[in-house]
Amino acid sequence: MTRESQTIAVIGGGPAGLEASAKLTGLGYNVFILEKNTEVGGHLLDWDRLFPDQQNASEVLDAIKAGLNENTQILTGAEVVEISENHRFDIKLAGSPQKITADAILVATGFDVFDARKKEEYGYGIYDHVITSAELETYFKNKKEILKRNGSPVKRIAFIHCVGSRDEKAGVRHCSRVCCVTAVKQAIEVKELYPDVEVYLFYMDLRMFGLGYEELYKEAQEIYNIRFIRGRLSESFENQDGTIMVKVEDTLAGKPMRINVDLMVLMVGILASSGTSEMGSKMGIGINSNGFLKPVNSHFSSQISNRAGVFLAGTCKSPKNIEETLSDARAAAVLIDNYLKAKIT
Amino acid sequence: MNVEGKKLIWQDYQKEIADNNYYYVRSCVRQTFFPGSETAFLRILKTELNKDVCDQSIHTSCTGIGYHSDVVPIETTMTVVARQFALMTEAGYKNFVPSCITSFGLYTEVLETWHHFPELEARIRENLRKATGREFEKPDNLAHASDVIFKFRKEIAAKSKYRLINKNTGEPIKVVDHIGCHYSKMFPGKGIGGAEYPYVLAGMIEEWGGEVIDYPERRHCCGFGFRQYLVKQNRGYSLACSRKKFESMEPYEPELILTNCPGCPMFLDRWQYAINEMEGKSYGKNGQGIPVMTYEELAGLMLGYDPWDLGLQVHQVGCESLLDKIGIEYDPDKKYKGLEDKELGKPKTPSNILFV
Repeated sequence: MTRESQTIAVIGGGPAGLEASAKLTGLGYNVFILEKNTEVGGHLLDWDRLFPDQQNASEVLDAIKAGLNENTQILTGAEVVEISENHRFDIKLAGSPQKITADAILVATGFDVFDARKKEEYGYGIYDHVITSAELETYFKNKKEILKRNGSPVKRIAFIHCVGSRDEKAGVRHCSRVCCVTAVKQAIEVKELYPDVEVYLFYMDLRMFGLGYEELYKEAQEIYNIRFIRGRLSESFENQDGTIMVKVEDTLAGKPMRINVDLMVLMVGILASSGTSEMGSKMGIGINSNGFLKPVNSHFSSQISNRAGVFLAGTCKSPKNIEETLSDARAAAVLIDNYLKAKIT
Repeated sequence: MNVEGKKLIWQDYQKEIADNNYYYVRSCVRQTFFPGSETAFLRILKTELNKDVCDQSIHTSCTGIGYHSDVVPIETTMTVVARQFALMTEAGYKNFVPSCITSFGLYTEVLETWHHFPELEARIRENLRKATGREFEKPDNLAHASDVIFKFRKEIAAKSKYRLINKNTGEPIKVVDHIGCHYSKMFPGKGIGGAEYPYVLAGMIEEWGGEVIDYPERRHCCGFGFRQYLVKQNRGYSLACSRKKFESMEPYEPELILTNCPGCPMFLDRWQYAINEMEGKSYGKNGQGIPVMTYEELAGLMLGYDPWDLGLQVHQVGCESLLDKIGIEYDPDKKYKGLEDKELGKPKTPSNILFV
């Protein structure tokens, strides 16, 4: 048996699934990418630029896709309904007579963003000028002007950190990690587009863990005059003129404050996607208390699931930035290769 | 503002409210503050809706104010609550309906605590047994009296003589709702519409023809927070809370404030007078105050009850401006007359505000 005679099913065509597929096909394996959406690329499709260097998201996606070769078959609109195992894995897809047979499976089902409606007191879906960070990114991507509903210019914007992260009340205990630097990146982008707009960021902690993040944070303050206020938003209201009154305590100054803004951007957290939960339960993969898939060992086998032949990559395990996601995908490809090579010998 | 967004939230916060056979427990203070409200509730349920309601004089305070002021220990409060449940059980009822919001919050809190700490419930049962020889069943259904009126809001609308509509303009009366903090802020799932956008009063206003007005400080406390007024030195804070709300709602020109808590109508009503005396400021149109009502009073008005039978003459802010707008009939000469035309006495006229 050779690599060329073996097939891997990659469930999820986001950055992790694509990168792992590129590496696996490069090694000679056949890969099926099963993507339930109409296009591969995951959340990168909706993103404009990436932190910390403002690289264009579509360039990154193109670079990943460039690694795929003719041994890759991409099936879009492919929803996995059943997986059975008899030496190999048989995967049944919804509405399709085609059955995929694979020697190994890589789960790369990614994340969903937190549904901001659950933070009812912030008024998302009710107040006109409350949007999410994901929506703001589409403004940037589509070159859409940031205006008030009545078409007048926005003069003051508030970014609210940790919406659906580290929040017991919202049922989300974990830190989504990348939202802090995303807020800084987006705030800078706003200032680049509209230098006169006042930008406030309301945060609990600023977790600038990656190389270049701290520098970006400093740049935001020193060059762009973006104001950072340590304090968790308690609630917001819509004023008669449609502006949003933000009610927050400045915990450094030790004072409650109210501030009116024209637009409030909620930095929505990262949750295990519905597809991730579904795959976990379908395949009997361990699930952490926070809903993400659980590898057999988070230190030295973090791409291996508790089920033989099933591997994990990307944000189906935890929130990650693109760099970590791609590295994780490559590691998963190596471990899949090791697993299949052992079967060959 | 997108009302559809609110409706999505309202869908998530529905609760079961018993259809009949209620054991009603009155408030310590409401009969003094708003003497016609509880009577109106009983009249509406018994006479208009033909429901069975048990109203006894042997129950006591729930101790809620003492509990929240840290002068009554939780075990004592729970034992008193247990006695109320025992009275309900002895009377043969299973649906418990408190008149007071703080009581409702307290009963909810006690039941939830017992659910999570059954050993505590066992100890309280033992306390009650030793103290009174009584046993009790927990209610099958716990609903605040405003939940019950909400449940029957359509039936009340069908029997109504009036609608919340300005008879001269045909426009809906603009109403702000104020929900007692203990209704759903502690347990959002126990209140209709949840904690952030409660629907219990908004649903009545809509059904009876009015327009619900949202305003920035809608969620803010009325100033009844117990520590704010029990300690005399803190009363300025109570007044400041009410003032903050009035200032916030004023640009929306509300014509009525509707409440479901014992303290909220008291403070939102009386503090309008105090603010006017202190600052010469009134928040209604033409120098008048904004009338404040309980949901029972409003339901009674819609059903055509005499405003003076509902006790509206003991409000600080006069209700006549609203009655005239809606076209509700009343006899001004009987405002301060009690049973058998006994003179009740007239309040001192405020120096600035027009309260009539």
